[in-house]
Amino acid sequence: MLNRRTLISSSLAAFAVAGTACAAPERSGGDPRTMLLADGYEPSSLNPLLGYARAGAAKFYDGLLAFDGNGRLHPALAAEQPTPTDGARTWTVRLRRDVRFHDGGSFGARDVVATYRAAVDPAYAATISSGLSMLADVEAVDEHTVRFRLNIPYAAWPARMVMGILPESALAEAVPQGESPINTQPVGTGPYRLAEWRRGERMVWRAHENYWGGTPRISEITVVFATDDNTRAQRVQAGEFDGTVLPPLLAERVGNGSYRTVHHDTADYRAITLPADQPVTGDPAVRMALNLAANRSEMVDSLLGGHGEPAYTPIPESMGRFHEPEAKLEFDQRRARRILDEAGWRPGSDGIRTKDGTRASFTVMYFADDTLRKKFAQAFASDAGKVGVRVELAGVDRSEAAERIGTDAIVLGGGSPLDPDLQMYSGLHSSMIGTGTYRNPAKYRNERVDSALDAGRSTVEPAERARHYKAAQRAYVADPGLVYLAFIQHSYVVRTGVWEGYEPVVEPHTHGTTWGPWWNVEKWTPKE
Amino acid sequence: MDPERVNSRVWTVRRRSRAGAVAGLVVRRVVLAVPVLLLVSLAVFLLAAASPFDPIHQYYGVRIFDASAADVASVREQLDLDRPVLARFWDWLSGILSGDLGMSRSMRAPVADVLARRLPWTLLLACCGLALAVVFSLVIGTVAAWRQGGWTDRLITAVGHALEGIPPFVVALLAIALFSLGLGWLPVAGLTDAGSSLGPAQVIEHLVLPAAVLGISQSPWLVLHVRQSLLTAFTEDHVTGARARGVRERVVVARHALPTALLPFVTLIGARIPELVTGAVLVEEVFSWPGVASAVVTAARAADYPLLAILTLLATAAVLLGSLLADVAAVLLDPRVSADG
Repeated sequence: MLNRRTLISSSLAAFAVAGTACAAPERSGGDPRTMLLADGYEPSSLNPLLGYARAGAAKFYDGLLAFDGNGRLHPALAAEQPTPTDGARTWTVRLRRDVRFHDGGSFGARDVVATYRAAVDPAYAATISSGLSMLADVEAVDEHTVRFRLNIPYAAWPARMVMGILPESALAEAVPQGESPINTQPVGTGPYRLAEWRRGERMVWRAHENYWGGTPRISEITVVFATDDNTRAQRVQAGEFDGTVLPPLLAERVGNGSYRTVHHDTADYRAITLPADQPVTGDPAVRMALNLAANRSEMVDSLLGGHGEPAYTPIPESMGRFHEPEAKLEFDQRRARRILDEAGWRPGSDGIRTKDGTRASFTVMYFADDTLRKKFAQAFASDAGKVGVRVELAGVDRSEAAERIGTDAIVLGGGSPLDPDLQMYSGLHSSMIGTGTYRNPAKYRNERVDSALDAGRSTVEPAERARHYKAAQRAYVADPGLVYLAFIQHSYVVRTGVWEGYEPVVEPHTHGTTWGPWWNVEKWTPKE
Repeated sequence: MDPERVNSRVWTVRRRSRAGAVAGLVVRRVVLAVPVLLLVSLAVFLLAAASPFDPIHQYYGVRIFDASAADVASVREQLDLDRPVLARFWDWLSGILSGDLGMSRSMRAPVADVLARRLPWTLLLACCGLALAVVFSLVIGTVAAWRQGGWTDRLITAVGHALEGIPPFVVALLAIALFSLGLGWLPVAGLTDAGSSLGPAQVIEHLVLPAAVLGISQSPWLVLHVRQSLLTAFTEDHVTGARARGVRERVVVARHALPTALLPFVTLIGARIPELVTGAVLVEEVFSWPGVASAVVTAARAADYPLLAILTLLATAAVLLGSLLADVAAVLLDPRVSADG
């Protein structure tokens, strides 16, 4: 099936080129209170318990807190910033009183309690439960106050409070959420209601009149699903859409005339894991050498058209106060070779190094349906070859990746700018080894990183907390266990001149029409 | 006795016995269909269980990347994913018998809902495609046979043979390139334009291209077949006789040759139903047509047993029904054909 898909899309791409010549984009809808967007990805469920819009910007839902676009969380359904007590083990949140669900029901502490309890109750089979493993209990103090009790001190808890809140009535029955009507008929407090969803085709959002933040001025947003990038680009060029998400180079190409291209910084990294218990990838010299051999800026330029940032650790510069600028692994292939020489990895006749009979060779897997990861894997393999390490590539599906991830390297991707704990802990802390397929899959173990990450979890005071994460990054680059390659930017085209209210945002891995320029679309206004 | 009356009575008797034979045929086929459908659905379950797709990845989506093994195991248990395939099949079968089609995991909605929303579009597309194929091939096939050896005939035969070898999705892509991207006459894909509401005009505009592609890609066999059987019919005695009597050529073709040629054609249409089903899957994929056929792919990748099984059953039932209708038509139209038994 994949092959056919690829064939179809590449043929369409060829045709698309032919069609891009004639373009006089005119906005067809006319009414600036409506908007028409195209998305390449259709969600399979709109249920926050199954991971819908987990990083916020959920449109149908609000969390207790919301992302401000630039590294901070501000109150949404919470009336004020939540207060931690008991060394960040207890979080008390006062709730807004003027909030209504789409179905008219009023919002209160019971709904918050029901949502969080369902998220961790196995009977609901929520897919987000692992992120809430520290939640011991949640209770309603009164009708408008909830209190979370955690089983560890956890300063990053606010980042778990962006999760959309469901009405208690929708969770009355403890059944696996795969069968919940919420998947297709969301009921939340968010700025938009779902008016229509024709699967595989489009979704219509209508403004929630009783929205506590004021009725959104753009009263109807239609999101059309068109998986093929070239088709979307072409339809934008024909003036059909008011905006869409596109790969950077394609976005640059069509983002002219009445459109402009925007590139957003993200915490969305691509990295190669180096399994620590394997003879080649576990050798500290090899790990350091590969990190120095990877030409990250070249990858950003050639694979992303310059729309990305080299990555050395999981914390990007766009995470501001948590980013350690000194935690770098500068590109230096000569030094990489020297390190390998000194460690006893001698080049053989074919250029591949060996040590005590072990060839410096390993396999990097990538998800076969992800072209960008494949390109990163190829670029990495080529750089590794230049210092005498042979990297074989293997395109795999999810099941095969899960089976081989303990022994073979893999291209990983992901990230959330909400909190450095989300970026680092499950990927690098040694206590995560063996607790889940993609949790510290390379079995990275470093005491200094561990203790800095633990300290970061239990420190609430912002400046001191940032110091711990900076220390963790410095400790990591002294002993790298993965090769972080790049943070990729997300690119979009947006129609200009019709609305105002656009604000740049630092994005998580998730992108599409809920994030992107439209992350705060409920605050946009038609231009006078 | 009045000879006229005798004649009519014999005719009635014969008609009644043919009706009986047809009824017998239908009953036999329906009885036979039950084990066939059962076996097919069992095979679907066994194949899905043997496939490398793990439904847990589909359930979790990208959330699998930060899920803990313990949580995944507990969800697996809640969803009963490790239940043996035969037990699953039994659950599904008893559900079906009590009218409950089950939940589709990949569509996150009841199977009945998925069918209700998607099946009409597939039926619309398939019926239009089939009707188009039949009309088109009758006309073109007749023209070719009539002008046998002429340039029209040679052109039609050549194109027909060429099209036989081209899969429907290539035809679809070429059609999109020509009529949508090149000439801009018709929309590329979907059921309606982005932003327009669902209305007959929109649907018809979007139906033209996929239905035409489906019809055209099904017609080469039919065209060549009509041509061939007409050519055979032309050599038969009654046609030669009609021509000798000086009946006009148009009447000879339409009234004398075509009816004889049509009989095997009807059977052939029945036999083309499987091709139509496969064609519909490909055409729906290319044109983003929101029918059941494109849901097959999604269901298969997610090892979504209930949806996959019901879609396969529908396809099998369509094939069985197609061949039954063709046989019934043959029995009714041609007194020489005997109902099987």
